[in-house]
Amino acid sequence: MNGIRRILARFPLHLAVIVICLIWLTPTVGLLVSSFRHKDAVFATGWWTVFRIPMDFAQFRLDNYIQVLTAQGMGRAFLNSLTIAIPSTIIPITIAAFAGYAFAWMEFPGRQVLFVIVVGLLVVPLQMTLIPLLRLYNRVGLAGTFLGIWLAHTGYGLPFAVYLLRNFFGGLPKDLFEAAYLDGASPLTAFTRLALPLSVPSLASLGIFQFLWVWNDLLVALIYLGGTEKVAPLTLKLSAMVQSLGQDWHLLTAAAFVSMAVPMLVFFTLQRYFVRGILAGSVKG
Amino acid sequence: MSEFLSQVFTTLLAILLGVGGVVGLFLGMEFLIGFLPQRLQPKVRPWAYIGPTLLIMGIYLVYPTLHTLYLSFLDERSQQFVGLKNYLWTLTSPEMHIAFRNNLLWIVLMTLFSVGLGLVIAVLVDRVSYESVAKSVIFLPMAISFVGASVIWRFVYAFKPANVPQIGLLNAIVTALDGQPLGWLVDTRVNNLALIAVGIWLQTGFCMVILSAGIKSIPREILEAARVDGASEWRIFWQVIVPMIGSTIAVVATTVIINALKAFDIVFVLTNGQRGTEVIANRMYKEMFSFLNFGRASAIAVILLLAIIPIMAANIRRFQAQEAIR
Repeated sequence: MNGIRRILARFPLHLAVIVICLIWLTPTVGLLVSSFRHKDAVFATGWWTVFRIPMDFAQFRLDNYIQVLTAQGMGRAFLNSLTIAIPSTIIPITIAAFAGYAFAWMEFPGRQVLFVIVVGLLVVPLQMTLIPLLRLYNRVGLAGTFLGIWLAHTGYGLPFAVYLLRNFFGGLPKDLFEAAYLDGASPLTAFTRLALPLSVPSLASLGIFQFLWVWNDLLVALIYLGGTEKVAPLTLKLSAMVQSLGQDWHLLTAAAFVSMAVPMLVFFTLQRYFVRGILAGSVKG
Repeated sequence: MSEFLSQVFTTLLAILLGVGGVVGLFLGMEFLIGFLPQRLQPKVRPWAYIGPTLLIMGIYLVYPTLHTLYLSFLDERSQQFVGLKNYLWTLTSPEMHIAFRNNLLWIVLMTLFSVGLGLVIAVLVDRVSYESVAKSVIFLPMAISFVGASVIWRFVYAFKPANVPQIGLLNAIVTALDGQPLGWLVDTRVNNLALIAVGIWLQTGFCMVILSAGIKSIPREILEAARVDGASEWRIFWQVIVPMIGSTIAVVATTVIINALKAFDIVFVLTNGQRGTEVIANRMYKEMFSFLNFGRASAIAVILLLAIIPIMAANIRRFQAQEAIR
């Protein structure tokens, strides 16, 4: 009897949570369902009508995906996104790891002031940097190149990475490093053999954060890669398709899902690290 | 196919070169430092470690920021000094007034709803057994790009004339309730709200995750004590939970405000600022690329920076306070 009353009393709570979850999930489900439907079906009826006969798998097909990946060039854009995102993640984190270690455990004049500048740079809007950098890029030939965009993402990602890693390294116990130095370890050894292995979870969460940030970026790619089809990542390609294909929902939904596949995979497999990264660095601008 | 393979090869080579280059740089510097007298090494080493960071941040953040400030006082082709003309235009033109109004709307609504909903959801899911699943669902949009989210919502908002079946979810609901279908992205009464809703959908998960961590850090005994004293859940929420995570709420709200101020992707993809949906960042992009007016574009960027400076100062103060107790 008590059990039933308890369930009844908690019913509004469950209802609220489930309704909110449904509202949050439905738009994405609609996209996913539509991307597998035939062109004519997408135009004629709402995607929710597939649930009238949910076991009728004949209404689903892969045509849309085949077309966007080959004819529409999403396949190439996918490779471009990988080519952009992987170095744009590893380069800034490597550079930031050395700097973060120096800020945390080395003595040098100006240490505090320089780090306060890093904290200040965290929230500088990208917009402040676009015009001078684009001009510089045009002059030295970096516009429209992978190297150019790696360096740009490195520049924009560094303050956050240095800030986060300095705090992580700084949180390691001091005795550890003193003991290592007593045993004759060099600073480089202390860094690579002690600080880095102990920070693997932090490095992982930072890596995931930066990777998703670069993968999902539109503005930086738009500015420094411009209309160069050869190097355009998924976000750029997808936003161009919205302009050119307008109402071809069967293609747009499939293309959008191609661009979301990697982040979703990362999200579902590495969610723990992702959440950690967000918790540690909720100050990025 | 060969093109595909060559691109895969390029990708792998690029990754190897990029990563190898960076690691090699630091090992090389360490190697050179080894030749210095013992006494000098600890003095030089820190600069080798932070040198690349300072150089890159100088080139990519400090120099362009100062240069943009300078450009904002020059004419559209950056040739003649025009004083405050660009700022005057920024502050008085009708286009910019629409952008300012909309950004204000973004800031108020997105912050209110993302933080408010995030907080409510965090409190609610704290009490159910399937908390992690529910959180994943709300949090999922965080992994999706703003462009991807824009396509998802463009489909939700899709519009068809009243006499044919609606394929957009929202208009299907409206017509099922005997209403008239609405062009959500073109109707000036609702289009800004439709854009901001996408932002809220994306940001609520972020707020929820951080606020949820804050709520879990409240000692259970305090909540139990309040319940034993007969406080209602409603009172516990307002008089225990909210005050105890006040600083977390402030941090989350600050982040959302910055994002609202810089809102770009959603507007760029969904309406490109047409029909009264312009925002500051999209206008800057237009001035830069469509109108090639670098003076105005720079002035708009400076306005954005000015709006963010108080937040920057607060961040620095908060950091220094943390350092003081370390």
